[in-house]
Amino acid sequence: MTEIRVAAAPDAPPLAATRTAPPFSVTRMPGFGLVAVASFAVLYLPIITLVIFSFNASTSMSSWGGLSLDWYRAAWRNEVVQEATVRSLILATSAAVISTTVATLAALGTTRQGRFPGRTAIYAMVNQPLMVPEIVTAVSLLIVFGFVRSLTGYQGLGYLILAHSAFCVPFAYLPIRARLEGMDRTLELAAADLYASPVQAFRRITLPLLAPGIMAGAMLAFVVSLDDVVITEFVKSAGQDTLATYMLGQFRRTLTPEVNAISTALLGFTLVLLTGFFLITRKRARDPR
Amino acid sequence: MQHDPNNHGGQHVSARPAVSAERVTKRFGQGTADVRALDEVSVSVARGEFFTLLGPSGCGKTTLLRCIAGFETPSAGRIHLNGKDITDEPPNRRRVNTVFQSYALFPHLTVAQNVAFGLEMMGKPRAEVSRTVDRMLALVRLDQLAARRPEALSGGQQQRVALARALAPQPEVLLLDEPLSALDLKLRKEMQSELKRLQHETGITFVFVTHDQEEALTMSDRIGVMSTGRLLQVGPPREIYNRPVNRFVADFIGETNFIPAMAQGGQVRLASGEVVGESAQAGPVTVAIRPEQIRLSEPGEVGGIPATVEGATYLGTDSHIHLRLKDGSPVVARVPSLPSAEPGPAPGSSVGLRVAPGAVQVLED
Repeated sequence: MTEIRVAAAPDAPPLAATRTAPPFSVTRMPGFGLVAVASFAVLYLPIITLVIFSFNASTSMSSWGGLSLDWYRAAWRNEVVQEATVRSLILATSAAVISTTVATLAALGTTRQGRFPGRTAIYAMVNQPLMVPEIVTAVSLLIVFGFVRSLTGYQGLGYLILAHSAFCVPFAYLPIRARLEGMDRTLELAAADLYASPVQAFRRITLPLLAPGIMAGAMLAFVVSLDDVVITEFVKSAGQDTLATYMLGQFRRTLTPEVNAISTALLGFTLVLLTGFFLITRKRARDPR
Repeated sequence: MQHDPNNHGGQHVSARPAVSAERVTKRFGQGTADVRALDEVSVSVARGEFFTLLGPSGCGKTTLLRCIAGFETPSAGRIHLNGKDITDEPPNRRRVNTVFQSYALFPHLTVAQNVAFGLEMMGKPRAEVSRTVDRMLALVRLDQLAARRPEALSGGQQQRVALARALAPQPEVLLLDEPLSALDLKLRKEMQSELKRLQHETGITFVFVTHDQEEALTMSDRIGVMSTGRLLQVGPPREIYNRPVNRFVADFIGETNFIPAMAQGGQVRLASGEVVGESAQAGPVTVAIRPEQIRLSEPGEVGGIPATVEGATYLGTDSHIHLRLKDGSPVVARVPSLPSAEPGPAPGSSVGLRVAPGAVQVLED
């Protein structure tokens, strides 16, 4: 009997320890609930207010004058808003396509070559737009493009497309690189082993497996471009307002709930886009990767 | 159609080997810090042979396989496939296919699409591809699962898809990189006989890599034992087991007693004086004796190498009897277990050991 008790003794402390000291959980900290509610309130109350006031019949931004779709109608009929919307969509689509293509190539280059000297430096260089203050980039672009403008006389949308494509690259690059790094390299060896040329292996194996990453990257780039104000404001030529810079311009003059309506529409559009993307990727995740 | 595991490919041998390596060296790293994963390895595998590369992890067996597949380029030496030098060909230009340790099935393709992949890349007509895929899936008994994705299959089923995919293009040589290591014991045994059956039915040359000596002994026509980048011995399983060329091979394959001895005047004597074998050399040598080749004398029987019983371990079918010779060398004998409770002679008792002359291997130190 003594022997049994001795043998059981070493097991006792850990058992007791798990019973008295549960693993650390932040949800049990005092005031956790309050902080959580406050955080969500700060995040969402302004947006909710904005959405509600976009349906306000009155011109005022502070008093409620009844439910109406007048401001949506006004925004829809406003030719300047129409033009700015089309410009924004062209710009965001071009920037998404160009930056995603560049980002895919950069991701393949940095993950498929093994370790090479200066790889970390290249990571940093690709992600430059995340680190350099946007206003600095905006001013430098203004100077460079101003120089090009005076030389060539070109006033088109090209400057904006170029600028947006550049700062969208890291947003497209990060999800694509993550996807590539998580991919089993043996799959590409297996494709080569089964007589696929490098191009065939890329098209039939790597690209389909990379597709969700590329889509995530393109989606992020699109939204980031759609949203940009600072760089656009500096780079755009006269009469090249995007939806975002148009709204900024409106705030400088008279505040009308039309801006609320545009914001709400933009919010709805982004939500639909992201939800659609989420559903697609989740379906793919349940299907094989 | 039981295949004789000890047939060393004699019936299949043709003049030209299916695959051969000549003085293949593979160095990793550079300058003085380089590691030789392969050190002048030469081997030839006959057509239709089941050849196994056996060795502990890091011995270079997988590197040799990858050199044959084309995933690695040898630092020196040549590799020939069916008489043609393929050393500088990329993997997709070599008529060899690989079954990967991780299976490496394409997750976005169905089972049938996985099996069809190689044939499609070869540019086979669609009708032929679908006919071959059906035949291959029937061969590995997966016809019911053709439309499934790999993730919906069990490990054993994935393994068979990998086999069907690699066999479908009818390669000159099939390379198998520890394909059974991820399976549990029962499934592994099943797949071992499945592999033998597939090899027999397709007639394709198999080069199989494993660190499992039992797997190698039961499946192979010939085994190549590797250690630290070198090929130590090549031969049929029986020869590898009974006539190991050195201490490493004797130790790696099966259980062995190593007993220090002295060679003089053509005879090999243990420290206690008994003559146990013959050797042309002179000086200290090591004698290797398999535990199952040692017989303990019956009570009252005289002669044999005197030893003291130290204990016994019950193994089920057999028991290990732990013994000590007069010079202090430990020896283990493997004897059939008796139905009675006692596994063997009582500890402390003296016994005589008898070993058939052919069962004693004299190894260089």
